Amino acid sequence: MTGPVFQQDQDLSGLIACPRCDVLHRAEELADGQRARCARCGTVLMWPREGAFLHVVAFSFTGMILMIGAIFFPFLEIAARGLSHKSSIFGVAMAFSDGFLAPLAFAVLTMIVALPIFRFAALIYTLWPLANGRPAYRHAATAFRLVQELQPWAMAEIFIIGTAVALVKIGGLATVSLGPAFWAFCVLIIVIALKNSFVSDWTIWKAIGQK
Amino acid sequence: MNALTATDAGLVGCTRCGLVWHQDESHCGRCGAHLHVVNSHGLQAVWAWWIAGLVFYIPANLLPMLVTTTLGHAQKNTIVGGAIELWKHHNYGVALIVFGASIMIPIGKFIAVAYLAITVGNENRRGGAPHLHMLEVVEFIGRWSMIDVFVVAILSALVQLGFVASIHPGPAAASFALSVAFTMLSAQSFDPRLIWRGINREKR
Ligand SMILES: [Zn+2]
Ligand SMILES: [Zn+2]
Repeated sequence: MTGPVFQQDQDLSGLIACPRCDVLHRAEELADGQRARCARCGTVLMWPREGAFLHVVAFSFTGMILMIGAIFFPFLEIAARGLSHKSSIFGVAMAFSDGFLAPLAFAVLTMIVALPIFRFAALIYTLWPLANGRPAYRHAATAFRLVQELQPWAMAEIFIIGTAVALVKIGGLATVSLGPAFWAFCVLIIVIALKNSFVSDWTIWKAIGQK
Repeated sequence: MNALTATDAGLVGCTRCGLVWHQDESHCGRCGAHLHVVNSHGLQAVWAWWIAGLVFYIPANLLPMLVTTTLGHAQKNTIVGGAIELWKHHNYGVALIVFGASIMIPIGKFIAVAYLAITVGNENRRGGAPHLHMLEVVEFIGRWSMIDVFVVAILSALVQLGFVASIHPGPAAASFALSVAFTMLSAQSFDPRLIWRGINREKR
């Protein structure tokens, strides 16, 4: 084995191992807005930003309100030959609810509604005390871990592109009008994109770890 | 490049939050993630999910994805059939989106993940950055295959006009959704630290 040998009692809290490639770095205090990247693979390791936590809380709160609005208002309405049919997002997920496709309805509802709402709530829970300079609430580490782990499975933005494709498919068959929930969802996508690009995970973990 | 890794230093890095621990710790004291040294056991999970994804991908393409009933006449469409239908109606852009998300992305993902898993341990490789980029592209783009499942859900929920027109989901919707989920799990189980470390070095 090469490299320095670390003693059992040595303080390791000043080190970062790149989560992607395992290279060790010394965590230095960065100036506001400075970005530290891994020397080998270029992954962003640290990116402290003044007021970033409060921004993420604000975005999450906006996102949650939009999401709740999107559930209760009509999403799309279709009309053909004098017949019409309205559907909410709930109705979209329930399209799979009969027979052997029922678990798929549950999965779709989870991916487009439950996970985004849960992630917003967990982010607010984690970051609200930190944004105010107070120690993290209990179980904040679990909450933020879930925020990270569930991220690939929250698919609100993919759902919107799916809606666009569906509208084109219906195009020849009937007239479709967009409900308020559709627009709420579009704004939601922008909110999610802004929120995700605001702060590095290391900065949040560091704040959670400080007692 | 000879950078010192946590493993070389006899330590273990947390893959979730980046904090470094001694190798006898089993969980990260800060974020609670399970700590594991870089090893190739994880590749078994990658392959298991990969095979499951492939197994479900086959019926997803053979069975009908959508059943459209227009004025009493039922028409069944597979994934490819749906894309061709769109193309015939001159919706070229959307046809390409559907084709890309449902055919190109899944197949590209199967190839990319298999390539990454097979080339681990290839000591002739020059640096790992292109491989990491490949994994990041797979992780980023893989979820977008879910588009077609959502399209089917929206169409089935919306187009319920009785005799005039109604759309119902076919069995391919479920197997395609499972295939996408399994390939996402396959890519997530791949430990990118293996790209640099390889299998041979670990046995030393
Ligand atoms: Zn790195
Ligand atoms: Zn950790």
